[in-house]
Amino acid sequence: MRLAAQRAEVSDWVGYEVGYGVGYEVGTMSESDADGPQIIIEDLVKRFGERTVLDHINIKIDRGETLVVIGGSGAGKSTLVRHLIALERPTSGRILVDGVDMAALGDFELSRVRRRFGMVFQKYALFDSMTVYDNVAFPLREQTKMSEREIKDRVMVKLDELGVAHAAARMPAEISGGMAKRVGIARALVLEPEILIYDEPTSGLDPVTSRTVDELIEEMRERFGVTSVVITHDMASAFDIADRVAMLVRGKIAVEGPPENVMASDHEDVQRFVHSSAIDPARIAQRSARKSPAQVRALRKERLAKQGAPKV
Amino acid sequence: MAENETKTPSVTRQSLEKLFEPAVRAIEELGTLAQLGFSAFVWQFRRPYRFGVLVQQLEFVGVQSIFLVCLVGLFTGMVFAVQTAYGFRRFGAENLVGGVVALSLSREMAPVLTAIMVAARAGSGMAAQLGNMRATEQIDALETMAVSPVQYLIVPRLIAGTLMVPVLALLFFGVGLGGAYLVGVVMLSLDQGVFMDRVTALLDKRDLVQGLVKAVIFGYAVTLISCRHGYYAKGGAEGVGLATTRAVVWSVVGVFFLDYIITSFMTDMG
Ligand SMILES: Nc1ncnc2c1ncn2[C@@H]1O[C@H](COP(=O)(O)OP(=O)(O)OP(=O)(O)O)[C@@H](O)[C@H]1O
Ligand SMILES: [Mg+2]
Repeated sequence: MRLAAQRAEVSDWVGYEVGYGVGYEVGTMSESDADGPQIIIEDLVKRFGERTVLDHINIKIDRGETLVVIGGSGAGKSTLVRHLIALERPTSGRILVDGVDMAALGDFELSRVRRRFGMVFQKYALFDSMTVYDNVAFPLREQTKMSEREIKDRVMVKLDELGVAHAAARMPAEISGGMAKRVGIARALVLEPEILIYDEPTSGLDPVTSRTVDELIEEMRERFGVTSVVITHDMASAFDIADRVAMLVRGKIAVEGPPENVMASDHEDVQRFVHSSAIDPARIAQRSARKSPAQVRALRKERLAKQGAPKV
Repeated sequence: MAENETKTPSVTRQSLEKLFEPAVRAIEELGTLAQLGFSAFVWQFRRPYRFGVLVQQLEFVGVQSIFLVCLVGLFTGMVFAVQTAYGFRRFGAENLVGGVVALSLSREMAPVLTAIMVAARAGSGMAAQLGNMRATEQIDALETMAVSPVQYLIVPRLIAGTLMVPVLALLFFGVGLGGAYLVGVVMLSLDQGVFMDRVTALLDKRDLVQGLVKAVIFGYAVTLISCRHGYYAKGGAEGVGLATTRAVVWSVVGVFFLDYIITSFMTDMG
């Protein structure tokens, strides 16, 4: 109930009914607070030319749930989440958001559905012709009727939460990668949308800032009942924020379930992935076998003596 | 024998496909341009109207090209005056210099050279900008924020190009004529009155109209082609470089191609 009240409050300054973003009658399926999954991925296949990047993916994401997607580089994680917001069109299969097939929408309806999403891009995707402040203010100016003063308050609060308020007047080219990432997060969160997609929100951040971002993701969920999909390579954060984890291997979902279950899965790829990021005793034991810098230098000298000095 | 028969058609088909490949690609390319142009046409009537972005583009295409257009216009007029004077002196018709230069400036030189200047300066800039926005997912980001990239990025550029090239072409014409005056009256000491008289006698309203029609169409074409190469750029930073080059090359080719078409339609040879 608290949630509904907050939505109404959001609706006030968003200027349209949050949760009824489709804008036309689609029956009870668009009812945002109904039970059941909010996002359904049905038998999704995506090919780029000959390459199959996503291979018959089936997954359901409930309202208020955080799904963490893990998987190696090139497994198709970004491609998967780009489908949720129709930045990619499926080769076959369907994406249903509150029962509405994203691929079947014309660009006008699509833009209405997209208002309910926020997305953090892997490569930040900040508008490089605008200051940090204008980047974060952009969604508010585009989609709400808020005054510049209200906008300023909200933007500065968000920038402050992410620790980048001091950079508000700078251009994206003048800030570090980690800062750009946080500005990207601020921009995605500023409208407090219903569904948030984070593509590696903590990569490139120091551990302390990473935890702050994890907390923010949790807070969005608890305060606004946000449905989130988070891609991460950071296993610690995966287990902190996930209701469910899905591991993508070569375009297929290898394992899916609560973090504990995924951790315990005996799937070979999963074991390798999870254990190469956790600090387990075996790895600590391995450290003693590591060569010291002095040993490495000695080896190099030995090798050079054998080969003769390299010609320049 | 039977084997041969099955092979031959497939070989011919392959070579036929090779032969027609450029034609197929050209048609595809025109299709892409038409699609982008149509989509921009539809979006320009939808709210919100983005005056801020439009003003920025008018400034980028127009104001920032003024110096370049004046420079090239001046030299073009001067060169043309010298060449015409040289040629016409043989049969004692030097007095026609002003009129002939005015004619060729208004019908050809002003619209064509202005469009080429705009392609080189603004068109390449647009392709680089849009290509970079594509490569760094800024265009995707616009879409996720329910802002149409066509409306936000393409429409203001197309309007600015279509409005500004004719204005710049008029400027080119004026400055070019000034250059011709400088050469004819000041340097070659032709009679000032006769010079101006020939200009008004030879130059018809239809010549100016033809020049302006060309400038409008070139302005639209150059911006559409430049935007297309940036907007659909592929393959990261390298792709952006490629897009910029293609934008300029195809804009220039497009200008000359359209120039022939328009000229043959609008010139009454009878
Ligand atoms: N537009 C495209 N055209 C062709 N191939 C593509 C395209 N987009 C992605 N791919 C390919 O799809 C595969 C999956 O890419 P994707 O970006 O989804 O991987 P990822 O799991 O997000 O990897 P990372 O962890 O490195 O971000 C890659 O092999 C990539 O080359
Ligand atoms: Mg990725």
